[in-house]
Amino acid sequence: MGRYLATRLSHVVITLFAMMTLTFFLFRLLPGDPTAMVISPALDPAAQEAMRVRFGLDRPLVEQYFVYLANLARFDFGYSFRTSGPVWDLIQGRLVNTLLLILPSMTAAYAIGAFLGAYIGWHRGSRTEAGVILVATILQSAPLFWLSMLAILFFSIKLDLFPTGHIVSPGSFPEQTWRMYLTWDFLHHLALPFMVNTLYQLCFPLLLMRSTMLSTVGEDFIELARMKGLTERQVLFRHAMPTSLLPLATTLPMILGWAVAGSVVIETIFSWPGLGLLMVEAVTQADYPLVQGAFLLIAVLTVTGTFVADMLYGMLDPRIVYR
Amino acid sequence: MIRLCSTFIKTVWATRAGRVSLLVVVGCVLLAVFGPLLAPYDPTMRNYDQAGKLLRLAGPSWDHWMGTTLLGRDIFSQMMWGARPALLVGGITALGTVVIGLNVGLIAGYFGGRTDAILMRITDIFLGLPFLPFIIVVLAMTGRSLWTIIFAMTIVMWRSTARVIRAQVLSLREMQFVSAARITGASDFAILYREIAPNVMPVALVSTAFSLAWAIITEASIGFLGFGDPTVVSWGSILYDAYASQAMYRAPWWVVPPGIAIMILVSAVYFVGRAYEEVINPRLRSV
Repeated sequence: MGRYLATRLSHVVITLFAMMTLTFFLFRLLPGDPTAMVISPALDPAAQEAMRVRFGLDRPLVEQYFVYLANLARFDFGYSFRTSGPVWDLIQGRLVNTLLLILPSMTAAYAIGAFLGAYIGWHRGSRTEAGVILVATILQSAPLFWLSMLAILFFSIKLDLFPTGHIVSPGSFPEQTWRMYLTWDFLHHLALPFMVNTLYQLCFPLLLMRSTMLSTVGEDFIELARMKGLTERQVLFRHAMPTSLLPLATTLPMILGWAVAGSVVIETIFSWPGLGLLMVEAVTQADYPLVQGAFLLIAVLTVTGTFVADMLYGMLDPRIVYR
Repeated sequence: MIRLCSTFIKTVWATRAGRVSLLVVVGCVLLAVFGPLLAPYDPTMRNYDQAGKLLRLAGPSWDHWMGTTLLGRDIFSQMMWGARPALLVGGITALGTVVIGLNVGLIAGYFGGRTDAILMRITDIFLGLPFLPFIIVVLAMTGRSLWTIIFAMTIVMWRSTARVIRAQVLSLREMQFVSAARITGASDFAILYREIAPNVMPVALVSTAFSLAWAIITEASIGFLGFGDPTVVSWGSILYDAYASQAMYRAPWWVVPPGIAIMILVSAVYFVGRAYEEVINPRLRSV
């Protein structure tokens, strides 16, 4: 186990390193002028030249690359063009907002998906099964942003139950502070994106749980549990479901990472001030240091998610032998 | 290859859900090919009523079946044009994904050892790339065209196919027909592409269907986020216009049709993939 962990950990380090390298070159080699990455083209030429020297952009690219790596190690993501403040200060608050939306809705999606999936897998071949699969597939096929639009159209505009967007009422908290998360207003704003995201994300765990259940149902220990005289309900929830949870549990961290990456869509439509929206805004404003910072942070979360998923799989399934 | 396609169609056709879905997909392909010819109006033309007034956000009518946009454009015609980019981008991306994923999976799984380790590390790196953010960054850096969208999506999407194919190859390469081929003196290349590849094609086909579905949704999402090809009318860009104009909440006829079109096409693709998957993997079949 220890050796396996060490190998996997070294893979993560390699992956993260590759990701940082890729990001560095992606942001510098693709556009015509690599300095556009750090110096706003809006400045006058003399000032641009002065900054070029100050930021070391007149140095060879390889040298810049090592400076960049050293800076990342110190959480120095550079400075935003627009606010001139450190990128790290801008993205850390946004990360909290993203997690406050994504974590609760993914937890709910997995809980509901697991139970519903176990239920329809148990009642294989029933009308309920066919119906749930049909609805889940159609839901999964709809673009998330479109479902959000419909939800806003119906619940916010027509019924006036929820705000159409933002994290708290505009103007109520001019500065980002933790106190705003403790207000009723925050929960009120969270409700609609939470529900839409939950509904959309629960399709995957549901379908996965169902197909795992299909193979569990035929196993001997289920038959044994039945013969012991347990009720169908006990067999389902105490024996069949816990065994089938394994593949589901192991996908969670990876899907979480992907959900953070996918937050661009839901955050844009609900004007939710998270990492995803920040990235979209920064791209439209050509604020490249900010885009790079947000991109790297999301990438680190995704890589970590995949790693945790792999480790969980080994820990939860004793049949897996580490070599 | 032709035989594979005909068994694929026959298999899918055998179930009712498969039949309906296949017809829907064929219908969408026809729409993609002929839609622009059949569209009653130019999708970017501003329409005026008899009095010469711009038809701003007009509801559905006999002349404009799905109403008009804020700029007086005919939404029905836009819908007819929108199938083409969806299927073009989705189709080419799915094809590119399966070509790369299949080869990486085959080579990694068959040769094993160091080759496998290196290829899987590369796959891991791509698995860590955040999907939409990566595409957005590439589009922001290289300009917005259908081809860059296809390129960016393919670069990220082959990773899942590669992993699935590799897992298949790992079990196949221990089988007797592979050792038999080796004894007869077949080269690695021949074993890989004549013996093993045909056996992973069914799995590759399922994976292609899921990539296609995913690529269509992503193309729409990119369009909606405003990073789509500005010269192309797609279902995603219709929704972007509706959202950006801030008039969408006054005009449901503008918002509903593109979403429904995407939903129908993508779920049909999913069902086709799943109908086939149930046959090649009987464990999934409903009794």
